[in-house]
Amino acid sequence: MVTFYRRLPRFEYLAPKTMGEALSLLARYKGRARVIAGGTDLLPKLKRREIKAPPYIIDLKGIRNLDYVKYGKRSGLSLGALATIHAVESSPIVQEKFSILFQAVESMASPQIRNRGTIAGNICNGVPSADTAPALLTLEAKLKLMSKRGERIVKMEDFFIGPNKTVLVGGEILREIQVPDLPPDSRGRYLKLTPRSSMDLAIVGVAVVILPEDGICKEIRIGLGAVAPTPMRAKKAEDVLKGQRLSEEIIEKAAQTAAEESRPIDDHRAPAKYRREMVKILSSRAINQAIST
Amino acid sequence: MKQITLIVNGKSYELSIQPWRTLLEVIREDLKLTGTKEGCGLGECGACTVLLDGKTVNSCLVLAAEAEGRQIATIEGLADGDKLHPIQQAFVDHGGVQCGFCTSGMIMSAKALLDQISSPTEEEIRRGIAGNFCRCTGYTKIIDSIGAAAKSMGGKE
Repeated sequence: MVTFYRRLPRFEYLAPKTMGEALSLLARYKGRARVIAGGTDLLPKLKRREIKAPPYIIDLKGIRNLDYVKYGKRSGLSLGALATIHAVESSPIVQEKFSILFQAVESMASPQIRNRGTIAGNICNGVPSADTAPALLTLEAKLKLMSKRGERIVKMEDFFIGPNKTVLVGGEILREIQVPDLPPDSRGRYLKLTPRSSMDLAIVGVAVVILPEDGICKEIRIGLGAVAPTPMRAKKAEDVLKGQRLSEEIIEKAAQTAAEESRPIDDHRAPAKYRREMVKILSSRAINQAIST
Repeated sequence: MKQITLIVNGKSYELSIQPWRTLLEVIREDLKLTGTKEGCGLGECGACTVLLDGKTVNSCLVLAAEAEGRQIATIEGLADGDKLHPIQQAFVDHGGVQCGFCTSGMIMSAKALLDQISSPTEEEIRRGIAGNFCRCTGYTKIIDSIGAAAKSMGGKE
């Protein structure tokens, strides 16, 4: 029999059947439990011994009716905590009305990971390169966080506070992602720079949602991934374009501004200087592609 | 120890396992179904691909406890006695196997793909196996094999 070296550390496995039960368990084991949905981020970290093993793992998958991808005219798109990346990718309403999110999820990892991993987990993991983050930023999503004490709504742009850090406090679970409708006729484009065409993390991710009207930029939202301590909105670049007539010069100026407001670091995947240059190129490319579709 | 029931290839197993053991470990070590391989152990390579309720997953990233009561399919469940499954036969006939380590995972991904799309395009095949690495780099023959399997299983060209 083969010997395996990459074993998981020891922990107790808890599988609550209701959200109430999950929140009680999380309150009881405060600081000593980690929550998993798909587990595709936490389990590799535990195997690599990157983080200290929690004594308890609370698996949300036993909770019924939490894997929904649903749409209502007034409520917009709602994604339950257990909605998998695959479920979102294969949702006709996402493909039709939230193309920017569809493009982001389609670019992620592998079929195996998309079948297992969740959008909520991708967000809670808090990595700067999370593909869904720039898309959800441009969609101005809201996150419903629940704890035993109650619930609160946090805006997507307030959720991330640093690499692997979010505003989630002990005892809280991301219950639902709420995505309001985009203005009709707006277009979205997500561009992701990676060495491989699949199974790779973004070196730079750029999400653009734009509403052109008679050649004027009525609305523009630019989300950037992997080029700052957290996923970010490029608001200064948006200000350059908003209300302006769309010309080659103004798009270049906005792209340059996005590059200037990004704060990339040097790491083994790319130097900061290259990342910043790519923010400029991909921003201008994404805007141009979005308005010409 | 945790008592669980795993349903693998239609057969039910009552097991007593430690909660931190993965589905891959239990399939290989407890059930002795060693067709499923461990490559990276981190969800990157796809060698450990099995079907969970018909969908591909990396069994190295699934806890055995998470698979309680679900339908698991491994490479051992494909053949009908001595008769290979058409996908397996196509891999043999079209040189889809080199060292063989990625083969089980490739075939399980191909199975999930062909269950969804009976006549996939080459692009769809490539996307279907995007989470499976072949370190011999024999992708062309693998893609040919899956295309041939689709045809022999009745899909149109």
